[in-house]
Amino acid sequence: MEHIISVTVENKFGVLSRVAGLFSGRGFNIESLSVAPTLDPTMSMMTIVTSGDDRIIEQIVKQLNKLIDVIKVVDLNETEFVERETALIKVHTKAEDRAEALRITEIFRANIIDSTPSTYTIEVTGDIKKVEAMINLLQPLGIKELIRTGRVAIARESIRPALAQPKRVAKE
Amino acid sequence: MKLTGAEIFVECLKREGVKTLFALPGGVVLKIFDVLYQQKGLDVILTRHEQGAGHMAEGYAKATGRPGVALVTSGPGMSNVVTALVDAYMDSVPLVCFSGQVSTNMIGNDAFQEADNIGLSRPCTKYNFLVKDVNDLAVTIKEAFYIATTGRPGPVLVDIPKDVSMNKADFTYPGSVSIRGYNPTYEGNKWQIKQAAEAIAKAKKPILYIGGGVVFSGASEEVRELAEMCQIPVDMTLMALGAFPGEHPLSMGMMGMHGTYWANMAVHYSDLVIAVGSRFDDRVTGKVSEFCPHAKIIHIDIDPTSIKKNIHVDIPIVGDCKRVLRELIQVLKATVNGDQKDLRKPWWNQIHEWQRAHPLTYDQDSNGPIKPQHAIKRLYELTKDRAPIVSTDVGQHQMWSAQYFKLSSPRRWLTSGGLGTMGFGFPAAMGAQAAFPDKLVLCVAGDGSVQMNMQEMATAVVHKLPVKVIVINNRFHGMVRQWQDLFYEGRYSSSDLSTTPDFVKLAEAYGAVGLRAKKVSDLDTVIKEAIATDGPVIVDVPVYPYENCYPMIPAGGCNHEMILADSPELKKKMEANGKVTPEDKDTVLTA
Repeated sequence: MEHIISVTVENKFGVLSRVAGLFSGRGFNIESLSVAPTLDPTMSMMTIVTSGDDRIIEQIVKQLNKLIDVIKVVDLNETEFVERETALIKVHTKAEDRAEALRITEIFRANIIDSTPSTYTIEVTGDIKKVEAMINLLQPLGIKELIRTGRVAIARESIRPALAQPKRVAKE
Repeated sequence: MKLTGAEIFVECLKREGVKTLFALPGGVVLKIFDVLYQQKGLDVILTRHEQGAGHMAEGYAKATGRPGVALVTSGPGMSNVVTALVDAYMDSVPLVCFSGQVSTNMIGNDAFQEADNIGLSRPCTKYNFLVKDVNDLAVTIKEAFYIATTGRPGPVLVDIPKDVSMNKADFTYPGSVSIRGYNPTYEGNKWQIKQAAEAIAKAKKPILYIGGGVVFSGASEEVRELAEMCQIPVDMTLMALGAFPGEHPLSMGMMGMHGTYWANMAVHYSDLVIAVGSRFDDRVTGKVSEFCPHAKIIHIDIDPTSIKKNIHVDIPIVGDCKRVLRELIQVLKATVNGDQKDLRKPWWNQIHEWQRAHPLTYDQDSNGPIKPQHAIKRLYELTKDRAPIVSTDVGQHQMWSAQYFKLSSPRRWLTSGGLGTMGFGFPAAMGAQAAFPDKLVLCVAGDGSVQMNMQEMATAVVHKLPVKVIVINNRFHGMVRQWQDLFYEGRYSSSDLSTTPDFVKLAEAYGAVGLRAKKVSDLDTVIKEAIATDGPVIVDVPVYPYENCYPMIPAGGCNHEMILADSPELKKKMEANGKVTPEDKDTVLTA
C-alpha cells in the first residue's frame, strides 16, 4: 500500500544521501521524494512517497527515526492529509491544437507560463489524480517534455466537534 | 591558548580517557602523528594494515566495554579499514575511527590518496562526520564518542582534512552534548513489562534467548537472576557466549545453525520466547515462517528497528536490557512467589531427555589424526582456570569453539558474528591483549582465516602482545568444504588450501615462537608450553581435514530439523563423496 511519510531532518549536507542510502540499502521503494527547508532554516522537510505492507512501512518509519539527522517522522496515512504536486508540461501545439490546449488548461485551472509558436508550457498543481488526468488529456497533442515535483503533503488540522473539546478548567 | 587541530585531537582523546590508539600513518595525518610522537600516556600501536587497526580497536572495545579508537590516513588507509567498520556496525561495537582527508580546498579534485570517506563509510557507521573547520573539531569528537557509546553502540567515523589538523583554534572541551535527532530509549514501557511478567508467570515451556545486547548493557546478573528465579533455560546466540555462565545448569549453550541439539529443540517447542538483546538473525531463526510456531514472543531491545524486523513479536519492549530486566524481575518477584520450579518440571525433563539423546560428540582415536573438536576442547580444559579471553576467526573452528568453550563471564569472547569476517580473530585478540597485558588471550583460528591478517604478527612482536594463536589446520576452507560435501556432491571448488605455509617457520620469521602438535599425545604438552611462553606464539595443530561441524541446520531449514553427526543419511553422503577415512589426506604437514 502507498504511504506518504513526512520527515523532518537537519538541514545540512549529506542528509539526503543518508535517507536515500537507507532506502536503497534496505531495498525499500521511493516513488517520489521532495525536500526543502522549513520556517526554521536549520531544518528541512522531506515528503517521501513509498509503498509496502504494514511490516515494511513500520520498518521504514523505525529506520528513518534511527538516523541521527532525522528529527521527526510522521506517517501521514495514519491521519487525514492533503497532498499536492506540480507538473510543468511542454506540449507541441500545431495551429489547430492551440485552442484545445487552452481549453484543457482552463478546465484544470492550470496556467500557461511560456508560449512559443509551436509549444505551450503549462503549469498544473493538484493532487496526483488531477495531474495525471491532465497529462493523459494532453498526450494526444504530443508532450515534448514533462517535469513533476513529486508530491508534498501536510496533515489536516483536526476539526473536533464542539462537544468533544476539552473543557476549560478555571484557574485560580 | 590556541592549539593546532592535531593538538586538539590528542587533547580530546585524553579527555575521553583513551589510553591506546591503533594507527597507521600517511601523508595527511602526519601532523597528528607528530603530536602523538611527543605524548606520554597515550600508546600508539602501529599496525601493519589498517584492517588490523580496525579489528584491534574492536577487540579492545569488546573486551573492555570502552570505545576502541583507530587512526588511519586518507584514501587507501580509509578504504582498508572499511571491513572493520562494517564488522563493528553489524556486531554493535563502539568504535571511533579517525581518518585523514586531503585539505578542504582539494576535496573533490581527485587529489592524491583522496577518497570519499564519508560516502564510503555512510552505510557502515552509526554516524560519520567531515570536519571542515578546526573550530568544530573538539565538539565533533565529543559527539563521536557520545554516539558510539550510547544507545545501541556502533562505529563512528570522523574525517579530518589535513588543513584542519594544521590550523589553530581555541580549545575548550564540551562537558556534554545533546543531539536533537538522537535520544535512545533506556527505560522500558511499564505496562509492556507487566504484560511480559504475566506471560512468564503463566508459561509452561519458556526459554530465554539472549544476544550480544546482554553483554553491551552489562545485564548478565539480571539474566541470571531471572533465569534462576523462574527456572528458565537460557539459549545463547554466538554473540552472547559468556553473558550467562556456560557451565550453569540452566545454560543450554549456543543456539542456531551450529547450536546444540537441545538449545534448538527447546526454542522450537517452547511456548514463550524471551528474547533479550538479540535480533532474530537468520542463523538463529532458520526458516522464519516456522520459527517457534507454538510460542508467544517477548522482545527486549534498545534498538526499535530490531523489533519486528524478521519475526512477529507479541510483547515488544524497547529499552536497555539491564534496566528492563531489573524492572521485570521486580514485577515478577511480587507475583510468582517462587512456585516456578514445579511448573517447569516437565519442561526440564524434556530438555534433559534431549540433552541425553544427542550430546556434542566426536570420535578421537588416540593413535589417529587429531580431531579439531578435541584440540579445542583440550585448549578449553587446560586454560579455563586462567579465565582466558578467547577470540576466533570465522568458520568451523569458530563454531567448535562456541560449542566447547563454556565461558563463565562476559567480555571474554571476541568473534565476528554478523559479518563473519575471516581475519578478525588475531588482531581482535591483540586489541584485547593491549587492554589487559596480564591476561591470557587465546586466538583460535583456521589455517585459511589466520592468513588474512597474518602480517599483524609483526605488530604483536614489536608491541609485546603475547597472544597465543592456535591454528586448527585442516588445509581447507573447512566450512566451505563442509557445504561442498553436503550440498555440492563433494566438488571442492577453490576450498583446498594444500599450499598452506609452515606456520612454525612463519612465526619464527616474525620473531615469534612457533609450536606444532603432531599427534594427539602432543596436544597437552604443546598447549601448556605455549601458555608458558612469553610473547606471541603460533601453535599449529594439523587436524583431520574432513571433520564436519554438527549439529547443523541447513540454511533456510527449521530449527528442529538438524543434521546430526550420527545421522545415517549423512554417513552415506560422505561415503558417496569418498570422504570417510582419516587416511584420505596426509594429516601431518611435511616439516
